[in-house]
Amino acid sequence: MKARLLDNKDFWAGALLAAIGVAAVVLARDYPFGTSLRMGPGYFPTVLGATLALFGGFFLVRSLRAAETLDTNWSLRALIGLTVSLILFGALIDRAGFVPALVVLIFGSAASSTEFKFREVLLLTAILTVFAVVLFIWAIGLPYRLFAGF
Amino acid sequence: MDVFNHLIFGFGVAISLQNLFYCLVGVTVGTLIGVLPGVGPLATIAMLLPITYNVSAVAALIMLAGIYYGAQYGGSTTAILVNLPGETSSVVTCIDGHQMARQGRAGAALAVAALGSFFAGTVSTLLIALFSPPLAKVGQSFGAPEYFSLMVLGLISAVVLAHGSVVKAVAMMVFGLLLGLVGTDGNTGGQRFTFGLITLADGIGFVPVAVGVFGVGEIIANLMAPEEKRSIVMEKISNLWPTMAEFRQAWPAVIRGTALGSILGVLPGGGATLSSFAAYVFEKKIAKDPSRFGRGAIEGVAGPESANNAGAQTSFIPMLTLGIPGNAVMALMIGALTIHGIQPGPQVMTERPTLFWGMVASMWIGNLMLVIINLPLIGIWVQLLKVPYRLLYLAILLFCAIGVYSVNNNAFEVVLTAMFGVLGYVFLKLGCEPAPMLLGFILGPMMEENLRRAMRISSGDPMIFINRPISLGLLIAAALLLIIVALPGVRSKREEAFQEN
Repeated sequence: MKARLLDNKDFWAGALLAAIGVAAVVLARDYPFGTSLRMGPGYFPTVLGATLALFGGFFLVRSLRAAETLDTNWSLRALIGLTVSLILFGALIDRAGFVPALVVLIFGSAASSTEFKFREVLLLTAILTVFAVVLFIWAIGLPYRLFAGF
Repeated sequence: MDVFNHLIFGFGVAISLQNLFYCLVGVTVGTLIGVLPGVGPLATIAMLLPITYNVSAVAALIMLAGIYYGAQYGGSTTAILVNLPGETSSVVTCIDGHQMARQGRAGAALAVAALGSFFAGTVSTLLIALFSPPLAKVGQSFGAPEYFSLMVLGLISAVVLAHGSVVKAVAMMVFGLLLGLVGTDGNTGGQRFTFGLITLADGIGFVPVAVGVFGVGEIIANLMAPEEKRSIVMEKISNLWPTMAEFRQAWPAVIRGTALGSILGVLPGGGATLSSFAAYVFEKKIAKDPSRFGRGAIEGVAGPESANNAGAQTSFIPMLTLGIPGNAVMALMIGALTIHGIQPGPQVMTERPTLFWGMVASMWIGNLMLVIINLPLIGIWVQLLKVPYRLLYLAILLFCAIGVYSVNNNAFEVVLTAMFGVLGYVFLKLGCEPAPMLLGFILGPMMEENLRRAMRISSGDPMIFINRPISLGLLIAAALLLIIVALPGVRSKREEAFQEN
């Protein structure tokens, strides 16, 4: 029974949505609810959060009988690699400048693919970085420093 | 005729050098992403939206619209030559289009797809010009209760017409509405779900959400799948003209496809994809010999390809006249308007005639450009298909990151994009469609505002939605839709219709 739940689409969808809904309701307890005439800031979050939690519950119950199998083959490498590359881009662009942020983004996301080839990626990183500088900084004129702190 | 005066005025706007240029850029980009599988108009428009910040609102909208209908042209090329849908709206074109290509009739299939799309584009441009002014007039008489009920109807039909599970679509929509609440509450100034972060006080930007879920999320999913072997039908596409017999078979299907697509495009939740599916099913149903379908029936290309272009264009009608997005692409268009400081709604047409009529006229010009871009230049686009995805996604990601950052020069939004990318991927895995979420996200704040206003008008009496005839009618329509889709017979039919491939 347990094994069936763990690769069940409905189970995880239900769990995720229910968790978000409950969290919304809990957080919204700090906001004044108001009345239907004068709705406070907490009115909508509470109503919507509760609705979402109900839907989540529905999927959880449904997952007990009907099972749509979840493809458990998570592409963890791409998932983590791309996410980290993007976050690093965000962290670097203000502090280090446009070029370092781009290099990290392109190289990092290329490394997230299973078809990673070091030399090809190095070349690509160079080409794409030059391309982006020409297009975004010179042609479109976005006001970013190529290198910051220099 | 008023319509013609408006259109002439619009053409005057659209043929300015700048607007022609952005129209060309839009339709070229549209064709490009249409040809390439794995990049859809949603992600592209989201990515390029920030870049349009520097140009005029007319030019921006002309370009973004061009991407959407341009993608409908490009999508058929890949479907016919490679048997891969370049877009979800050309999934059904693969069935008969690729068979035609294998029989050496690729040229005829491509020509029928392009010319059918052009016919559909012309008709739907006229339809927008004809029906928008009266609809906007109706829209101007709407008060808060009518708008609220209209949005309810819009959300519900969007859910009904979405692929996959209806319940999941509703749940995703509610999640989207909830996301839309993040930020400062307009009425009381209270902060909601901001976790003390100043950047969240203005709410979650819709660019990070759209780019994250539709751009990054899909890249993660695509990287997992091994690259499929693309067998391009490459023998010289010599004859780009259908035979007389093919022509005679195709044109009624083009007209039917255009009519069906134009209607389905206007419906909330409609648009290109729904239109092409419906047109294919319809053509197969009314054919004298349905067994021809799947073996290279030209109607199976002509109908859906005309329908998806018609649907793509008429879906602009509710967005332009009422300020209500019928599908996720239109939600992005609303976003584009707000970025340029334009409040979407029925007043756009009267207050900004250059924007409205200029864009409508540009659609016809764009369609003309597309026929040229897609037929004589087809060889170039075919070459593009040789670019492997492992190179392509890097470029997409680069545009995503720079695009998102440049909206507000806010690095936090890039981090948000990454988070929504993960979320989008997880939802994809769990079979939850993210499109209704985006719709809810855009409509959420509008709905809350109108509901509150309605409640203040009626002193807190919810009967106001029932006492007003228009509002009541809209709510009844919404309820009927829900009942119909819940009927067991309709449910199985609906599943059948969406599984036609």
